[in-house]
Amino acid sequence: MFSRAYRAVITLPPLLWVAAFLLIPYALLFCYSFWSVSPDQVIVHSWSLDNYRELFRVDVYLQTLFRSMWIAARVTIFALLLGYPLAYFLSFHAGKRKDLLYQLVIIPLWVSYLVRAYAWKTILGSDGVLNTLLQYVHLTKHPLEFLLYSPFAVVLTLTHIYTPFTFLPIYASLEHIPRNLVEASHDLGASPFQTFWRVIFPLSIPGVLAGATFAFVLSLGDFLAPLLLGGPSGIMISNIVVSLFGAAYNWPLGAAISLCMLVLVIALLFLSENLEKKWSFR
Amino acid sequence: MSAGKRTARESRWLPWHAIAVFGFLYLPIVTLIVYSFNGQGVGGFPPRNLTLDWYRMLFADDAIWTSVLNSLLVALVAVGIALAFGIPAALALDRANFPGKAVFRRLVLLPLILPGIITGLSLLMLFRQTDVKLSLVTIVLGHGTALISVATTEVFAGLQKLDRAQEEASLDLGANYWHTFWRVTIPNLRLSIIGAALLIFTLSMDEIAVSFFLIGRDNTLPLEIWGRLRRGITPEINAISSIIFIFSLIAIVTWYRLRVGAEGQPQITGELLET
Repeated sequence: MFSRAYRAVITLPPLLWVAAFLLIPYALLFCYSFWSVSPDQVIVHSWSLDNYRELFRVDVYLQTLFRSMWIAARVTIFALLLGYPLAYFLSFHAGKRKDLLYQLVIIPLWVSYLVRAYAWKTILGSDGVLNTLLQYVHLTKHPLEFLLYSPFAVVLTLTHIYTPFTFLPIYASLEHIPRNLVEASHDLGASPFQTFWRVIFPLSIPGVLAGATFAFVLSLGDFLAPLLLGGPSGIMISNIVVSLFGAAYNWPLGAAISLCMLVLVIALLFLSENLEKKWSFR
Repeated sequence: MSAGKRTARESRWLPWHAIAVFGFLYLPIVTLIVYSFNGQGVGGFPPRNLTLDWYRMLFADDAIWTSVLNSLLVALVAVGIALAFGIPAALALDRANFPGKAVFRRLVLLPLILPGIITGLSLLMLFRQTDVKLSLVTIVLGHGTALISVATTEVFAGLQKLDRAQEEASLDLGANYWHTFWRVTIPNLRLSIIGAALLIFTLSMDEIAVSFFLIGRDNTLPLEIWGRLRRGITPEINAISSIIFIFSLIAIVTWYRLRVGAEGQPQITGELLET
């Protein structure tokens, strides 16, 4: 029913814009990662694999990448442990309050990242709310120093930020489960435990995968929470990239690290999408 | 049915878990707001000497208000760009076939799923290669482009509920595509578009990861706050953060109402990722 002209008019402008401001920039990231910087800080447009060799030669890059993945993995696990039962509760047991509770979950999702990270900083600091509270009720005599400027602070903050992200797809997949399947399972004599593990959980796996991917990918690339709350031991891979683009002035090496991150992220998205399809009953 | 008894048993710990998670989600926000009234500064328990001084200080702080104006300007233009390209993009994904459609769909959504640093840096390199000076304009281009994803998902969701017979009738009755678009398609997508605009506005006002790399001389509000955090913290930041929270809250709840009105409980990004 739509003419060729109509389809061209709706297709071309977004296609061109996205090509100019997303495709070309991502392609430039690729190009930069093969270039280099001369000693007088000029980008040299000659192609080599030197940046990638550097990545594998100097320990700190791989070490930091693995540390970031470990932080992201912990965030993912905690976000699932907090998000899944909450989604299950809302979907199956919340009754009339479902709508209100759902809104209560998505509000923090859209509330400023910076505001929430800053709030944790004021809570965890050595003169912060938590430490002064603990001393006020005489649980501790001195401020606990490990609370702020540590991987702990980064994991806690990122878990806070990405739990609603993880909740959403899980909740959506639970909502899609036909309720008569659950009733059939009960009626055929399965215990609630069996019903959950053999009917509900398998059907919610696509949501779990999507939620876990969100949490892992977004926390892996985070650089603001580590800068604000991580201290020296909480440095993540993106912080190295930021410094390479800033004071250290080695854009090509920074681009190479970013490209590795991009490839890792796209591989994960691809993997999770295929697993989701495999587990999807439609 | 005995389901009641069964659910009674398993739901014994679930409500407590839910309360704990909500506590975890809201504790920082509540703390933030309470301490914005605390005369003793950001830390210290219990809060004492409640005061409005920090808000008074905030309202006299010109640098903050300049950055608020910058952010408002950026967000408004970003909404314009994201809608101008996001609405046709959603239409194209819904009703046109073209080579590279699958790639295009993924590319549009990528900034939503990718860590902001990658999009920010890629754009920084583009502006560097084309000798564009960093300024609010580059931030607007960054926000507008990254948030096309939000406009596309929201409008695409709306299109799934749209009855094409109306458009067909309009075309049969002699209206051209242009008139049909403005008189039938857009009014039917009204709620999705307003919802998308609200969401894009809020996200742009709060955005920091992409802006971080594209900032010129003029700060946006989040970057102004960021700069101050690096110098040390004062309850003035609690005060501005509390105000940001209240505004985000209003925008999100309004958006939610619009989406529920349009099509029941919204699933952020869900529809487009699933197709």
